[in-house]
Amino acid sequence: GCFVFKPSPKRRRLSQKTAIGFRGRNNESEDSELRFVTCQSLWDQIKSETEQIQEDLNKQLFDNLVSFLRQSHSEFREKTTEWTCRMKSREIPTAALVLGVNVTDHDLTFRSFSEVLQNNITPYIALLEAKDCPDIKSLMQKLMGQLMNCYTDVDSLEDEDYVQVSQNRIRCSMTSLINWYESVTKKTNSETPSKKRTSSSRHWQSPPVVVIFKDMESFATKVLQDFIVISSQHIHELPLVLIFGIATSPMIIHSLLPHSVSSLLCIELFQSLSCKDHLSTIIDKLLLTTQFPFKLGGKVLQVLINIFLYHDFSVQNFIKGFQLCMVEHFYTQPLSVLCCQLVDARKRVNSLSHDQCENIRKLPSFRRYVENQVSEEQIALLTEDNFLKETIQKLLEDLHVYHENYVSVLRCLHVFISSLPKYPLGKQIRELHCACLENQVWETEEYESSLQLARMLNKSDLVTMLQQCVEIFVSSSGKEFDKTVEKLKEFLTQFQKLEEAIQERDVSVSSQKELQKKTDLYHLQKTLLELKESRRSKKLTKFEMLRFEVVDFIDSLVRTYLVPADHKTLHEIVYFNTASVLRGHLNAAPRTALHTALNNPYCYLKNQALKSDGGSISNKAPDICIVYKLHLECGRLINLVDWLEAFSTVVAAVEGPNADAASSDQVDDIIHARFIRAVSELELLGFIKPSKQKTDHVARLTWGGC
Amino acid sequence: MPNLEHPAYPAATLLQLESLVPCRESQVSMLLSIFGERQQFSFPSIFIYGHTSSGKTYVMQNLLNTLQLPHVFVNCVEYFTSRLLLEEILIQLQSCSSEPEQTSRVHCDTFNDFVRLLKQAVASQELQDQTVYIVLDRAEQLREMEANILPAFLRLQELTDRNVTVVLLSEIAWELFRPNTGCFEPFTLYFPDYSIGHLQKILSQNHPPEYSADFYAAYINILLGVFYMVCRDLKELQHLAVLNFSKYCEPVVRGEANERDTRKLWKNIEPHLKKAMQTVYLREISSSQWERLQHDDGEPGQLKGLSAHTHVELPYYSKFLLIAAYLASYNPVRTDKRFFLKHHGKIRKTNFMKKHEKTSNHLLGPKPFPLDRLLAILYSIVDNRVAPTANIFSQITSLVTLQLLSMVGHNDQLDGPRYKCTVSLDFIRAVAR
Repeated sequence: GCFVFKPSPKRRRLSQKTAIGFRGRNNESEDSELRFVTCQSLWDQIKSETEQIQEDLNKQLFDNLVSFLRQSHSEFREKTTEWTCRMKSREIPTAALVLGVNVTDHDLTFRSFSEVLQNNITPYIALLEAKDCPDIKSLMQKLMGQLMNCYTDVDSLEDEDYVQVSQNRIRCSMTSLINWYESVTKKTNSETPSKKRTSSSRHWQSPPVVVIFKDMESFATKVLQDFIVISSQHIHELPLVLIFGIATSPMIIHSLLPHSVSSLLCIELFQSLSCKDHLSTIIDKLLLTTQFPFKLGGKVLQVLINIFLYHDFSVQNFIKGFQLCMVEHFYTQPLSVLCCQLVDARKRVNSLSHDQCENIRKLPSFRRYVENQVSEEQIALLTEDNFLKETIQKLLEDLHVYHENYVSVLRCLHVFISSLPKYPLGKQIRELHCACLENQVWETEEYESSLQLARMLNKSDLVTMLQQCVEIFVSSSGKEFDKTVEKLKEFLTQFQKLEEAIQERDVSVSSQKELQKKTDLYHLQKTLLELKESRRSKKLTKFEMLRFEVVDFIDSLVRTYLVPADHKTLHEIVYFNTASVLRGHLNAAPRTALHTALNNPYCYLKNQALKSDGGSISNKAPDICIVYKLHLECGRLINLVDWLEAFSTVVAAVEGPNADAASSDQVDDIIHARFIRAVSELELLGFIKPSKQKTDHVARLTWGGC
Repeated sequence: MPNLEHPAYPAATLLQLESLVPCRESQVSMLLSIFGERQQFSFPSIFIYGHTSSGKTYVMQNLLNTLQLPHVFVNCVEYFTSRLLLEEILIQLQSCSSEPEQTSRVHCDTFNDFVRLLKQAVASQELQDQTVYIVLDRAEQLREMEANILPAFLRLQELTDRNVTVVLLSEIAWELFRPNTGCFEPFTLYFPDYSIGHLQKILSQNHPPEYSADFYAAYINILLGVFYMVCRDLKELQHLAVLNFSKYCEPVVRGEANERDTRKLWKNIEPHLKKAMQTVYLREISSSQWERLQHDDGEPGQLKGLSAHTHVELPYYSKFLLIAAYLASYNPVRTDKRFFLKHHGKIRKTNFMKKHEKTSNHLLGPKPFPLDRLLAILYSIVDNRVAPTANIFSQITSLVTLQLLSMVGHNDQLDGPRYKCTVSLDFIRAVAR
């Protein structure tokens, strides 16, 4: 499976558990140690949280699978001799586990799954990967290795001699596997009953042997077929259960296995949660909460979400990206010491050094804040550290309150937005969140059009939405929402009254009745026109008035609470905003980088002599750059002699006019050597390859060929 | 119908054997006459072939077991290397010599060792004056082992100079086995497919104890009427018969019909069997699910088969990559300019296509295309600019591992890899939506 994740060097440095890397360029005064510790503990929290989320999400799937496994070999255990069981051909119980294309996430799923199995069903689990099993022999070796090791894990030291024998020479055949299984189950049943009490209470007397094929698609057809045929012959002696991890669609089973083989299986389908839902939950629990002080800026979040949606669908990569943001933030931003729980932050503010205070004074958002103060306070803020610290405490509290309110109001707005036709502001809360972080959402056109649409909602929808909003506000941690809740409830009661009022006078349909009486076409037209006229000029009904009020109220909430974060003072402390860094790390463009390096070496070498306006080929550039630029002008096949000629002309221009006499007919040996070296470097980089079509020509492998 | 008779074996045993292998009497009597009496040398190697589940393995097993002939039965798929195969034969031979303490580990790496050890094993027992039969099931696997294995097995009698007969069972004809270098020709015996009458007879033989044989035979008749068109595999038919029998009995159990009311029973079971043909038989839903469904009397509609889940959710760019790959695979290179360039000049007359190009490209199958062409098409079909990031390239490899694309020509991976798109038009339509 690919959708690769490249561990960034920074992370590796962190994993060495030293804060030295964090110190780096920054000096001691900036609390690098503390930042490192904060970052670590925060990451630990987030990690356990995400794992918990994943566990909860997978619970349903795992429960289904476990019950499937429990049932699968009930016949085997009960040893029924009924007619049906005797006559029926024994199929291998198989679970087709459709996990989606995010192959990187599967590892974690399988790991937790085998943990669940270990605890509930059976200690005998083998996880097979296609890359380890190119043929049936290595598959059997791998399988037996894993199974017999797991056996030794169960009772650790007792059977050391047995292990040694098996490691020396395992006959990798089904018979030896069956013998092993018999000996193991017999032992657990009879010989050491007292010792086994604990485990046999969890597992049955003959627990099934579960073989998991992690990536079904990549397995060779022949290997799978052979394995299934072999094991189906021994299904009576060895209760085997297969689990196929499928990334695409279960159709792959039929395309990999012919009917004669698939008829040996008893396949049941299990589907995991879609990765998009998984991401939504993660975003909901990690970002739209006040639990974690660290926040992502709008652009950064957009980059992460884009990588997810456009490239890999991998939730793990998203979390890794989030981690990278965190590390980067704590590493680069000296003030990130204050990015912790509010209680700790207060203490830390008091112990800030003078340098850190200066850092705060340099923050653009703080400067803006200072400019808005009266002049005495401005001076105090800029000169007195203690006063500054008090203010910071206040501001941090403000920021915290802002977050609390923000989340609730965002959810509330989402309730309204998500039911509008065509979703002008997006369907998912993450889209709304990004829009709100980006800029003042109420100034966008989309917001305007959604309000327009909201003003046309029908009553029942409106009432349910209001009820949802009330729930959101009641359950939120923000303290300012008592009034809001009151107001919303008031709206609700008004709607209630309206309904009663309408029930009282439902005679209003009289005009319609009149209309039905008319048969004359002319009269009909006339009355219709009149009706239309009256409707246009008619005053808004009570319901419409109320609807306007509600929408206006929501609008006012949005305007007060959904201010973009970068308008808030001290937002730099908790928000990570440098999206370009992230993009460079997570979405690297090797081709582009290579092209820039070769086309414009100044970009990387920073040598003033190399600075050029492009177009012309500088002769001071490294040889490979010259060769590269020259080859850009050629077609699919490049004549080496011409190339060398051009190269020597460019290089000779450096040497000055005195060399031209010699180079006119005979190329200098050194230049020749340099040329050959540059060309072979280019070949190593994969731009050209030797061609057999024409002598003395090489073929271009990149653009220009086609 | 020829009754089995052979002077060497008691009549009662032969009668029992005959009841065990219905519809295979002629083959069995042929085998018996080849085998001869216990101590007589038999033909060195016998090759038995026939279609899937024509009773080759079953007949051999029953024949050897009932007559209590010393034999070794090995499946060549299971013992996938020659070493495993040879060792397994020796182990089984040791165990049938009824000297349990002798079952030490055997090491047998070459055929030479095998011949030596086999001589020992045969000599050390009371097997001396009996023919030992070595049955190799799924013998077609032997062709993939070392080149000497098959010819050596064929003349094992000669090599060991002992009373040994090798029986090869296979689904394919002997002509496909014959090595280039020539070998000893075995005696070939063909097992023909069971006819519908045979199937009826064999299937009805094992009726459930609580119902009469006639009742079950009538059921089998209906079952064969439905399934004979698609499936002649005895095992599969038996499986299907058992799965659906409870449904057949339902009216009888409820008292709505008696056992002779065939028409009513037929009406009850026929649609059910048809449904089974579309689902269980194709393994769209598993047999246990089918049984559960029957038990709960639920509609099979609510349980979607495997093929119903064809939709694959892909990341945004993977979708476009796949579409681009599909276009590159099925459109000729010539038309790229016309389809993907904004200013492509005027479209020439339609009859410029040569005759052979008029056949649909879909009938010809996907053609390989280079990576650059794929990317060029990708850039032109995606609206906004696409940076050629590492993620895009890794998605191509991912698509290859997911078997949606396939790589053509593995030697040239670094410079100029070529791919093929392996998905169908329907799949692409679903992706493009």
